[in-house]
Amino acid sequence: MKNYDLVIVGGGPAGLAAAISARDNGIQDILIIERDDRLGGILNQCIHNGFGLHTFKEELTGPEYAQRYIDQVLERGIDYKLNTMVMDISPDKKVTAMNREDGMFVIPAKAVILAMGCRERPRGALNIPGYRPAGIYSAGTAQRLVNIEGYMPGKKVVILGSGDIGLIMARRMTLEGAEVKVVAEIMPYSGGLKRNIVQCLDDFGIPLKLSHTVVDIEGKERVEAVTIAEVDDHMKPIPGTEERYECDTLLLSVGLLPENELSRQSGVELSRVHKGPVVNDALETNVEGIFACGNVLHVHDLVDFVSQEATQAGKNAAAYISHGEKKAKRVVKLNPVDGVRYTVPEFVRPEEMDDTVTVRFRVGAVYKNAAVCTYFGDKCVARRKKQIFAPGEMEQVVLKKADLLADPDLKEITLKIEEA
Amino acid sequence: MAEEKKNLTCICCPMGCQITVTLNDGEVTDVTGNTCKRGDIYARKEVTNPTRVVTSSVRVTGGEIPMVSVKTKEDIPKGKIFDCCRAIEDIEVPAPVKIGDVILKNVCGTGVDIVATKNVAAR
Repeated sequence: MKNYDLVIVGGGPAGLAAAISARDNGIQDILIIERDDRLGGILNQCIHNGFGLHTFKEELTGPEYAQRYIDQVLERGIDYKLNTMVMDISPDKKVTAMNREDGMFVIPAKAVILAMGCRERPRGALNIPGYRPAGIYSAGTAQRLVNIEGYMPGKKVVILGSGDIGLIMARRMTLEGAEVKVVAEIMPYSGGLKRNIVQCLDDFGIPLKLSHTVVDIEGKERVEAVTIAEVDDHMKPIPGTEERYECDTLLLSVGLLPENELSRQSGVELSRVHKGPVVNDALETNVEGIFACGNVLHVHDLVDFVSQEATQAGKNAAAYISHGEKKAKRVVKLNPVDGVRYTVPEFVRPEEMDDTVTVRFRVGAVYKNAAVCTYFGDKCVARRKKQIFAPGEMEQVVLKKADLLADPDLKEITLKIEEA
Repeated sequence: MAEEKKNLTCICCPMGCQITVTLNDGEVTDVTGNTCKRGDIYARKEVTNPTRVVTSSVRVTGGEIPMVSVKTKEDIPKGKIFDCCRAIEDIEVPAPVKIGDVILKNVCGTGVDIVATKNVAAR
């Protein structure tokens, strides 16, 4: 097996952009390891359009967006292995992987970029009562069946969860001739983009029932009916509000979870909030030389931001390989409070950081006429007003190195949502 | 003079303003409920000439995967979405297929072509 300085785990949008960036920053021996049979990751099945508005100033479909990065990887002659599963990453960055051609092999890398993406929360995590018949799919599984394999999962559909994949699949199934009866969302607001609610549900007259959840699934061999009910403020079903829908299919679009089994094995510390690695301004984990980007780090809503984040991770991994670890002179912690659920990164190193660092975060509820405020200690240094903050949309603030250097006693930066 | 009011949800940002458009003999005379200029532009277009890009997938023969994703090269009238889907549902294309290849010319008389959005190599 050839030696590689940098191993990138995952060949989706994050892995591709990280590889391109690392090569452009001088790293020759890079290997992308992908478990599927082609590069591009989940974008291959996201055939709807709307990708790339920020990056390319045009609306691309998922496969088109992926191909732009795949082409750049191929132009640069970056190595990749498909149908290959990484089994283990050791704290000293020995990557153990296997496939049908090479069997099991170990690559001692100088740096590793985690770009494994996320997966869907399954039924088992939801405690839905009722039988366990065929016909219950995660929205993403249905998306793969329809768009790549060419199978229709069913004809009469109920969807639980109003995440973007669920909304997109409501339209997709409708266009393929299925009847989508209802989308039920347990929260009082949708986690999906407004554009998707209008263009995937309203356009086709599909009702969206907020504060509703599934309380029963009927059918022993195959789904025969699903009952939904309204929930109260504590998310408990309200008796008497049940509505029964005859259907053969239930799709679940109930959230995404970063896929961090490998990270955990290698000793990477994970956030309890965003479920991805805890990182510094360089997107480096607590394990020196292991970086993370994309949906394995925290779940994004726009792939453009995944590509941007991965470009940073690739550049920083290249610097680590070329110059080694810079010992941080001091560390400033980022403290998310009052509506800000988490931040990525979790801390910054004023002396070592780039001229600017983008801090990404999500809010915990819908806030109207509010402002995101940045405090250095108890001093408010920045305040950005917005008409609306919603949990479905990732937010960001940009920290300037000069501002942090100007405050040598700075210990903590607080981000919070305040009334405007 | 036939006055008509239409209600719609703005898609330009998460605010999702509930906009009311007043039409008089098909001409927009008033837009209310929007909180910014983008909402006004969106609402006028949406009530007079709503269009969408349609994306789908069609079968590939002899390819590494059984389906290739496709789209209308430009947006088409919203009212033609279902006709467009029916027009392409029985199409089969031989591999290889490249991004941008025309799969069907002038779908449903819209003047817009259906093009491939994925590369599919021959098996």
